[in-house]
Amino acid sequence: MGDLDGQDGHGGPPSREDVVLERIEAFRRRRPKLRDEFINSAHGAGGKASAALIDAVFLEAFRNPTLETMADGAVVTLPSGDRLAFSTDSYVVKPYRFPGGSIGHLAVHGTVNDLSMMGARPQWISAGFIIEDGFPIAELRDIVADMHEAAVKAGVEIVTGDTKVVDKGAADGVYINTAGVGVVPAEVSLDPKRVQPGDKVLVSGKIGDHGVAVMIARGDLNLEADIPSDTAALNGLVEALLAAAPNTRFLRDPTRGGVATVCNELARAAEVSVVLQESAIPVRNIVNGACEILGIDPLYVANEGKLVAVVPAGEADAAVAAMRALPVGADAAVIGEVRDEPPGIVIINTVFGGNRIVDMLVGDPLPRIC
Amino acid sequence: MRFVDEYRDPAAARACVAEIEHLAADLVQKRGAHLKFMEVCGGHTHTIYKHGIENVLPPTVELVHGPGCPVCVIPMGRVDDAIAVAKAPGVIFTSFGDMMRVPGSSQSLLEAKAQGADVRMVYSPLDALKIAINNPDREVVFFAVGFETTAPSTAVTLLKAKEKGITNFSVFCNHVTIVPPVKAILESPDLRLDGFLGPGHVSTVIGNHPYRFVPGVYGKPLVTAGFEPLDILQAIVMLCRQLRDGRCEVENQYTRAVVDQGNPKALQTLRDVFELRPHFEWRGLGFISQSALKLNAAFEAYDAELKFEVPGVRVADPKACQCGEVLKGVIKPWDCKVFGTACTPETPIGTCMVSSEGACAAYYNYGRFTKQQTVPVQLTSTPAKVG
Repeated sequence: MGDLDGQDGHGGPPSREDVVLERIEAFRRRRPKLRDEFINSAHGAGGKASAALIDAVFLEAFRNPTLETMADGAVVTLPSGDRLAFSTDSYVVKPYRFPGGSIGHLAVHGTVNDLSMMGARPQWISAGFIIEDGFPIAELRDIVADMHEAAVKAGVEIVTGDTKVVDKGAADGVYINTAGVGVVPAEVSLDPKRVQPGDKVLVSGKIGDHGVAVMIARGDLNLEADIPSDTAALNGLVEALLAAAPNTRFLRDPTRGGVATVCNELARAAEVSVVLQESAIPVRNIVNGACEILGIDPLYVANEGKLVAVVPAGEADAAVAAMRALPVGADAAVIGEVRDEPPGIVIINTVFGGNRIVDMLVGDPLPRIC
Repeated sequence: MRFVDEYRDPAAARACVAEIEHLAADLVQKRGAHLKFMEVCGGHTHTIYKHGIENVLPPTVELVHGPGCPVCVIPMGRVDDAIAVAKAPGVIFTSFGDMMRVPGSSQSLLEAKAQGADVRMVYSPLDALKIAINNPDREVVFFAVGFETTAPSTAVTLLKAKEKGITNFSVFCNHVTIVPPVKAILESPDLRLDGFLGPGHVSTVIGNHPYRFVPGVYGKPLVTAGFEPLDILQAIVMLCRQLRDGRCEVENQYTRAVVDQGNPKALQTLRDVFELRPHFEWRGLGFISQSALKLNAAFEAYDAELKFEVPGVRVADPKACQCGEVLKGVIKPWDCKVFGTACTPETPIGTCMVSSEGACAAYYNYGRFTKQQTVPVQLTSTPAKVG
């Protein structure tokens, strides 16, 4: 970038600034504090507010070493020595049907993907339904058919379930919970602690499709754009990736909170810095355009069929090639790398030649007014 | 992305930066101090941080982030009023997204929503009117904030509501005008600025003429600028050239959107619907006379302040907060005692930390550590062979 490379020391007394930066980092490293008295939507958005709630309420009560890893699922070891991955997720998306999929597809893909991110081969899934009084059975049938289709395609079986009907108004249509179990092959050892400076950060395709598709399908934006959700099962992709890059250190699917949130979680868990190259991040033009209009950043927008991987530099090309060989990974790319300084921080080098911090959001990305 | 990437082109940026460096070096030598330019508009602040503009500028040029974030300048008492209206029985309260998290004295709209108030996020006041039409048995209130940029859309919505005879719709009006706070900043004795980047979006409505007092009375050049990174850099070049040539005038960098006389139709719509308030409180800046709009007598029936009981209690800015000094460019965000510790985007104390356009939030979210070298990421795995 020639003469656009970092210039330092502009304005203000730098020594004082550095002192303040240090103070801020000390604050950031503290456990997130839950100050709220009531749940609000930010607590479910996957950002800082979610982290504070989980830490202060759930982790506090349930604390154990397996839960404390705070990954997409738990890995438990059987007396035989085999390892099982176990994960659960609930689905409350509105509208139920959006371009590219439905709540039924999401309910299966979400749990399959959470298990895949543990390095497991997903095998069995449960399905629980909470249904509002008066919900049309025809619509339920369609949703269940989508779940079946998704399960067959992903090679998993839905083996147990539960149904509850609640009073009208006590739920909004239908909520689905799925849990799943899969076997972790002996050779897989994913762990953010193995992430090292020099490792490459990969994404399996174009980001932000799902979040933008759902925002547009809600119909309150007065935007029309042909953006299908990327909802897809990633177990096949993960198998191909792990075969090509056996020393893969870390996998996570960037759902709520997007790629930015995953990179932040990685930077903190591994105590490293993640540096992204904006020009390398694959985003559809149309998604970029919609985000630009709404004043939100595609880095924070949800995906349902993408993964972020950290692999050793020497295996990055093979990993990208293996993912690109599959339709779900056709646009896979290296988007950044791991560095040692400053730990816990994600930085992006902008297309324009500057750089900035990519922090976690507090709650959902809120559109700016002008 | 076509029509956007052109304004983010690194090669063109390098050319601009080189010229700024050259011009600023000469100017600094003559003046003996580095150059300080204020960008008035929050949208500019956002662009500057999002694209990392500050760390491509030479150390001889400093950007000071001004008061033009419409969310940030709403005082706490007004947020409390909004929440009181939102909690009134039967009300659907509608608001732009970034107003939802702004703290009042005890809670934000988002928290009021969690406690049962029907608060909905809209993208335009027309969406709020649509909600009113679809819910004739409910009172729908729109929380109108923003400068002259968003005021015309509120005005058009009110004209439409009146035309259609819709009676269950009203506006809690907090529209503000750009010229009075700029004047207030220029009057401030502890200020040292060498020029202004004029607000682009506001100027599409009001034009460039209203800024003539800035060079005329206060002797500072002003260049109206667009919102892409190259717009900002080009406007800085134009400011430097004015200083070099000894000129002091209003110039327009954002010619693709702004004409000198503004948008006469939008201005007429504003006159049809609004009148100036005698005074209005700005968070961080205090009371500024004739700096805000209210609905005029013809639209009284749509004025939420008349339709509902609003407490109207003034809430003083927290003592520890130095937002006023930050807004005036007297101190940098990190000079504030509570910055980044007690006052963070999660728990904002002051206005500048609230919206991503606020100087402190932008600095907190984007700006920390950007003094680091921008070392490009090696995107292929084959390690480069040295020697």
